[in-house]
Amino acid sequence: MSAMTGPTPGEVVIRLSDVSKSFPPNVLAVRGVDLEIRRGDFLSIMGPSGSGKSTLLNLLGLLDVPTIGRYELAGVDTAGLADKARTSLRGRELGFVFQAFHLLARRTVLENVLLGMSYSGVPRGERRDRAVTALNRMGLAHRVGAYPPTLSGGERQRVALARAVAGTPTVLLADEPTGNLDKATSQGVLELLGELNADGLTVVVVTHDHTVARAAGRRHTMDDGRLREAA
Amino acid sequence: MTNPFTRRTDAFGVRDVVVEAILGLAGRPGRLALTALVVVLGIGSLVATVGFAQTGARQVQARFDAVTARHGLVKPAADQAQLGAAPPAALPWDAAERATRLNGVTCAGTITKLDPPPGQVTASPVHDPAAAPTRQPQIMTATPGLLDAVRGHLHEGVWIDNFHEQRAERVAVLGVRAARLLGVLRVDNQPAIFIGATSFTVIGVVDQVEYAADLLDAVIVPQSTARATLGLTNPGELHVGVELGAGPILSGQIGLQLSSDNPSGYQVVMPPPMSSTRQQLTADVNSLFLILGFVALAIGGVTIAVVSSMAVMERRGEIGLRRAIGATRGAVAAQFVAESAILGLLGGLVGTAAGTLVVTVWSLARGWTPVLDVRLAVAAAVTGVVVGVVSGLIPASRAASLEPATALQEGT
Repeated sequence: MSAMTGPTPGEVVIRLSDVSKSFPPNVLAVRGVDLEIRRGDFLSIMGPSGSGKSTLLNLLGLLDVPTIGRYELAGVDTAGLADKARTSLRGRELGFVFQAFHLLARRTVLENVLLGMSYSGVPRGERRDRAVTALNRMGLAHRVGAYPPTLSGGERQRVALARAVAGTPTVLLADEPTGNLDKATSQGVLELLGELNADGLTVVVVTHDHTVARAAGRRHTMDDGRLREAA
Repeated sequence: MTNPFTRRTDAFGVRDVVVEAILGLAGRPGRLALTALVVVLGIGSLVATVGFAQTGARQVQARFDAVTARHGLVKPAADQAQLGAAPPAALPWDAAERATRLNGVTCAGTITKLDPPPGQVTASPVHDPAAAPTRQPQIMTATPGLLDAVRGHLHEGVWIDNFHEQRAERVAVLGVRAARLLGVLRVDNQPAIFIGATSFTVIGVVDQVEYAADLLDAVIVPQSTARATLGLTNPGELHVGVELGAGPILSGQIGLQLSSDNPSGYQVVMPPPMSSTRQQLTADVNSLFLILGFVALAIGGVTIAVVSSMAVMERRGEIGLRRAIGATRGAVAAQFVAESAILGLLGGLVGTAAGTLVVTVWSLARGWTPVLDVRLAVAAAVTGVVVGVVSGLIPASRAASLEPATALQEGT
């Protein structure tokens, strides 16, 4: 599950320099964040609701742009990128897992995973094999033809994980990946995240759950828009 | 530093857009059917109304042709001293035979009104000077081909034939009103009538004509008989039956055929060219029906726009996801436009089939020939796509303008 090209192990893949994000009229959601994430890191960002952690994840995911500060992803300075180039970079370098799964209910498990590669430039001939491999890895080989509404919460999140990693992103961004799961199921998802990280995938998890945060090698907390490295 | 574009090998292309659009539509078959149904109604009514118009116009044309496009009339030009106008030429005695020899003439006959009448017409030879004057039938002459040329119909008996004409037989055919006036109720007993003191045997009664309606009020005798016994000096008018489309050519030929000395000395009225009358008729009817069809189609377009706009709101989560995994604004917009276009295409195809079926059933129920331009089917399908694309533009731009982070948050 390693990227075909891109940063070498240990190289900085994400660098935030004094990044802030404010919303009108005068809400400062993220304040002067400096952060370096290296290839192979497993980093958690923990904080209460309203602390700015989701805003920070949106900035990391190129879903939003900083008000001030500099953000480099895989060596590309994102500040000057037009929407199209930003989207292209996002599709190529980043994988997403959401609390609400965001699976298309009327597509099969396999089609949902294939969709994850539609926009990222993966050659058409490789997509099916990659999707099946990813689903096998998530223990879903027997569910490829099922529709998401028939799956359990844990299975849905594993489909979302397969979708996120089938395109071999550089960084996996997970927003409350266990937020909708029970404890046992959450543990299974966390183990999968750990395995992916062990294979070299950079993982960033945003959560308010201590158990999830503790699974990460690097732990940060977010409070009132400020990011601090946890002890 | 890595080149951000090195790994892009298969970009999201037209094929992906179409596949995603089809999957997007197929995921909601009920909505697809209902939305397409409105387009089906629009396109169907457009095709049907154009079909009705074309079939109806063809039918009107067929009747129009049957009545007007197959009859011509030739008579001596009006005797007016116009500068440069040819002097009038009299019709020759054998005008009907000469005309019949022309290609495109199916039948011909001359008719002449004897004015003033050569004598009083009575049903009995007794002349009573004390009797009150009664209304008199006209006296006309005709040749054997006339009945067909004016599309006449015999109520009973027979029409003047070549035998009567060649031997100048003293026979008469009565118009139905003249027969009533003279009290002739049947012809099988060979009743006689008198013009002056000359007796004529009544051989038939004409009850319908499409031209020369005067015939129904007349006593009609063979032209040669009138020439021999009633002082006829020359034929008055020549009626000709014309094959469809032959009118314009015959206009130029018939004068020469009747008089090589003075071919311009006749007033010739021939049916106009077929194509111009048909196009005129078709266009007139179509303009009315087309408006109705386009109104129905506009309703279909608005429905697509409304349904697609609702779909954009419902599918914010999906749009957010697509944007997150690398879909550009253009790709999202293209997918929604493609979905509307496919809806329009489906509606167009089914609508064309439905409209054609309606026109066919409607025509067959009336015993008419259904007429539908093949190009209409192609045009209708294309129109469906155009309506779909235009209707999808606003929803597509809305979808494209959604911010991915907001769409993901609101679409959960």
